[in-house]
Amino acid sequence: MKTQNLSLGYGERTVVGDLSLELPTGRITMIVGPNACGKSTFLRGLARLLPPLAGAVLLDGRALAETPSREIARKLGILPQGPIAPDGITVGDLVGRGRHPHQGLFRRWNAEDDAAVTQALEATGTLELTGRAVDELSGGQRQRVWIAMALAQRTKVLLLDEPTTYLDVSHQVEVLDLLTDLNQRDGTTIVAVLHDLNLACRYADHLIVMKNGAVVVAGEPGSVVTASLVEEVFGMPCRIVPDPVSRTPMIVPIGRHHVFEENQ
Amino acid sequence: MTGVVAAQRRAEQRRATTATTGVLLAVVAMFLLTLSYGEFRVSLVDVVKSLSGSGLPAVDYIVHTIRLPRALTALLVGLAFGLSGAIFQRLVRNPLASPDVIGVSAGASTAAVTAIIVFGAGGVFVSVAALTGALLTATAIYLLSWRSGVGGYRLVLVGIGIGAGLSSITSFLMTRADVRVAQEALFWLTGSVNGRTWGHVQPLAAELLFLVPAAMILGRALNGLQLGDDLARGLGWRVETTRLALLVTGVLLAGAATAAAGPVAFVAFVAGPIAARLVGGGRPALPASALVGALVVLVADFIGAHLLGATQFPAGVLTALVGAPYLLWLLASANRGGKA
Repeated sequence: MKTQNLSLGYGERTVVGDLSLELPTGRITMIVGPNACGKSTFLRGLARLLPPLAGAVLLDGRALAETPSREIARKLGILPQGPIAPDGITVGDLVGRGRHPHQGLFRRWNAEDDAAVTQALEATGTLELTGRAVDELSGGQRQRVWIAMALAQRTKVLLLDEPTTYLDVSHQVEVLDLLTDLNQRDGTTIVAVLHDLNLACRYADHLIVMKNGAVVVAGEPGSVVTASLVEEVFGMPCRIVPDPVSRTPMIVPIGRHHVFEENQ
Repeated sequence: MTGVVAAQRRAEQRRATTATTGVLLAVVAMFLLTLSYGEFRVSLVDVVKSLSGSGLPAVDYIVHTIRLPRALTALLVGLAFGLSGAIFQRLVRNPLASPDVIGVSAGASTAAVTAIIVFGAGGVFVSVAALTGALLTATAIYLLSWRSGVGGYRLVLVGIGIGAGLSSITSFLMTRADVRVAQEALFWLTGSVNGRTWGHVQPLAAELLFLVPAAMILGRALNGLQLGDDLARGLGWRVETTRLALLVTGVLLAGAATAAAGPVAFVAFVAGPIAARLVGGGRPALPASALVGALVVLVADFIGAHLLGATQFPAGVLTALVGAPYLLWLLASANRGGKA
């Protein structure tokens, strides 16, 4: 999947300008950047939720704008930020709605759909929640159910907009582990916008750092993340140390207080 | 392991089917009761005989000429309101967004009252006026609440505002009208199926012949639209086209029903939530909503006509008595929860 001179925006306002980049197949890509840098807009553009002002998004060498939406939905799944479930819907019903792109006027629900839903629920550890109402679940369970819905769609590319917001840290790690499982087991290409720089560095094979609607740098976290980059993009001095757990870069912010002299 | 998921899905489907069938049976029973009960009682056997064309002439007169048009109007009006309300509520994802709360029915009423009072119209012309009024009002609400998409609460607030404005226009027209015409219009405004003839039933039936199948086919897209625009689009649903088609269908259903019976208060508003409760889960439940709407109007008409002593009350008075407290409760609880 790649973009060619892609520009995105709302009305007259361009939010993301002239992006040409490649999202490595079968890898985990994380997009980071300060608030309002255009990372969510970029993801929406990748998912054809926002039509390009110029340029194109190519999936398997074909422009999304020229591909029927349902055909795209069989190859590319999107989980927007903070989705809201219909009142009273059960987990099984919600996850089943991810099967829509595989159905048609004459091809109704069948055993393959049941198998896909079951597998998605198993992969996310939510099979025992099948009959529960989504409203009653905890935040972490709910997010796993939404991911299960995206999995039931059985796409080889999965886009996620801030899949860990509103989750406490243990559930954040759980969701990211789950995405890594998927990537390693099925070779699913994963592209996610993430808020937490350290978790992004830890889980990404490929990191895209954005600012003001442009890509500042893209590459493997260990080789692209430097203190000067973080200062340039986030306007915050910091030190980069190796993450003691994963040996990936870990950003330690330097504020005005609680700082030893040698770091100032 | 596929068993759990399939069993769960079948259980939900079974419950939906059972609930819908149950309401259907209640509607049929209530319909037959309406035909049989009255000053002159006709036994159920005679009703069925008469309906199948082998009844006595005297019975035929009562059933075919007097009671059947009224019962059919109640049935069809209820179906249309129930369906319309459920479509709006599911589409906007807000239980307050039914056509009788957000002013679409008020638009149909104002147009119909204008037709009756100003142009002395009757019959088909009133229907056309009501449909046009509903469409114009809905368009106005849609445009006024549009801000890069139509949000739930903005639409509801704009709709309630427009509804209030239209009601005052209707009141103004009434004060200017000749007393007898005004009385006719007023009676129509309370929402009633009393004294309906085949002349009322025919246009309504013809409209529903198109609108009900359209709603059922388009209604499948609610399974996607319920998830929000981004997810629906991501799953390959054609969001804009189907939403517009569903809105137009919902508006026309409300308009057609209002034209035939007046704005029978809160039928559209209560039918969807009741049906959702009965069917369970998060399904759009359009068939059940339509049937609940029909049941509500049939029951309200029956109680108003027969069970409250010598005075006949229009169905709309009774539905308002049930609907108004529910509206207040919903407003209060939505405010407390602070959710859209």
